[in-house]
Amino acid sequence: MARAVPTRTKWFNTATAGTLGFLMFFPILWILILSFKTEEDAIRAPLEVLFASDWTTQSYGAVQERSDYFKHFMNSVTISVGSTLLGLIIAIPAAWAMAFVPAKRTKDVLMWMLSTKMLPPVGVLIPIYLIFRDFGLLDTRVGLTFVLMMINLPIIIWMLYTYFKEIPGEILEAARMDGATLREEVIYVLTPMAIPGMASTVLLNIILAWNEAFWSLQLTSSDAAPLTQFIASYSSPEGLFYAKLSAASIMAIAPILIMGWFSQKQLVRGLTFGAVK
Amino acid sequence: MGQISLSQVTKSFGDVNVIPPLDLEINEGEFVVFVGPSGCGKSTLLRLIAGLEDVTSGHIAIDGQDATDVPPAKRGLAMVFQSYALYPHMTVRKNIAFPLRMAKLDQAAQDKKVEEAARVLNLTDYLDRRPGQLSGGQRQRVAIGRAIVREPAAFLFDEPLSNLDAALRVNMRLEISELHKQLDTTMIYVTHDQVEAMTMADKIVVLRAGNIEQVGSPLELYRRPQNKFVAGFIGSPKMNFLTGATAAAYDAQTIGIRPEHLEVSRDSGDWKGVVGVSEHLGSDTFFHVPVPDSDDPLTVRASGEVDLKRGEEIFLTPIQEHLHRFDDQGLAIR
Repeated sequence: MARAVPTRTKWFNTATAGTLGFLMFFPILWILILSFKTEEDAIRAPLEVLFASDWTTQSYGAVQERSDYFKHFMNSVTISVGSTLLGLIIAIPAAWAMAFVPAKRTKDVLMWMLSTKMLPPVGVLIPIYLIFRDFGLLDTRVGLTFVLMMINLPIIIWMLYTYFKEIPGEILEAARMDGATLREEVIYVLTPMAIPGMASTVLLNIILAWNEAFWSLQLTSSDAAPLTQFIASYSSPEGLFYAKLSAASIMAIAPILIMGWFSQKQLVRGLTFGAVK
Repeated sequence: MGQISLSQVTKSFGDVNVIPPLDLEINEGEFVVFVGPSGCGKSTLLRLIAGLEDVTSGHIAIDGQDATDVPPAKRGLAMVFQSYALYPHMTVRKNIAFPLRMAKLDQAAQDKKVEEAARVLNLTDYLDRRPGQLSGGQRQRVAIGRAIVREPAAFLFDEPLSNLDAALRVNMRLEISELHKQLDTTMIYVTHDQVEAMTMADKIVVLRAGNIEQVGSPLELYRRPQNKFVAGFIGSPKMNFLTGATAAAYDAQTIGIRPEHLEVSRDSGDWKGVVGVSEHLGSDTFFHVPVPDSDDPLTVRASGEVDLKRGEEIFLTPIQEHLHRFDDQGLAIR
């Protein structure tokens, strides 16, 4: 039932929420605006930026010229999709086992896996860096894919575990009574029922891996550098170039934003799966 | 086909012993109902027969073949679950055809059997819908359809009607009984509702704490309960129990008398009481009469026309041949 709220309160709340939302979104908007300015215009006073300067796409051209955007883009795609798929291959059997044939310590194992996410990554930076150096994995896509998979694995397992738990055991038992083998049970019954959950797991992990900066900045430099490295390369060494930095940022976040926008329905459905029958 | 025997079957979950050693014979074509209060092990027993749980010890044989270690898929039994357990992503047609598909039957034969089952269960118009678009009763029929296409040695029903509303439950009860007559296949049916047990069963197995308290036809259990538990569980409303001096007068620790076996009089009788709450159901009226030797007020059934006021003094006389006597162990004295 709708709650009765006085109109004035409604106006006030709407205005407050709108303002807060706009303030939070503003930096992104400003980056977008700056990316369409020249370097000289980009450092002028805000009002001049908005009203007294021309719009141009030259920053985008400059960015593409200076560094190969497409290479970084493909690195990001390979690393985020690769680490997610690799994670799924390990996580599906793990989550399956924990959801359907739990042992006494299953809960503890789950907590332990989650606890690894509480460890500050910088705490293991040196050992991992040295391992990478010794195995020749520095600045390779394989190396970074593997590390990001490991970083996100607890989340993938937890999410899949939660979705699998939502699937009523009786349905799987019914499949067993109907003569399905374990393989058939998984292919024809479990997987189709878990697809919404798996889809949102995949989406969320692609986003997390796409935006991951700490490890990609530490472990890659050029060959395997994803878009996060590409943005960072515009920040300091040669002084600040606001327009180019903004253009690079927009180019880096646009693909994931567009993907997120188109899959938001799936994402929300997956994340709230089972909350309401 | 469809003869099942359990010998010395036990089941424990960790340290908890759910089923102590138990023997049971289920004959071909019988409609057997497992009934008992919740937690009595009736569902566990059914799941042991299905193979969804492994027995801790003992043997289960289906049609003379030892099936103790046979996986559920290979036992040739079909099960209908309380939650229906339909596959939500498949249409009704695919749900019903699923066991046939798993049996690798060719498409034409699958279609034929599905159409036939749908016709029997009045589901023909719903074959292309998904379970989510069906009512509870229809879903239950789909679950039954999925069971009958397999032509199983026996059907196992796990409280199939408890999610339905009262009116629908009566209908489905009749439909399942009708189906049993048509198919003539063994059915094992688990319920906590003694009315379902009484109306549907050829043979009732009353369970308490994993033990079989009594096995018999509905009327046998009604007329000659072997102990206080069965006497109290079978029959509605419940049997009245009296202890103390009243029971001692009949040479028993406890005596039991059903509400329908008490005669009411305003003038004379064995036990005196005062009318408490009365429930008028039209055809019958139930009076609740507190008496000294019973913890609960006695329930008395009278015809609908009897008009007794609250607080009125009445006399009750048990009909002697329907009086049940129990010893201090709760066992019937014959």
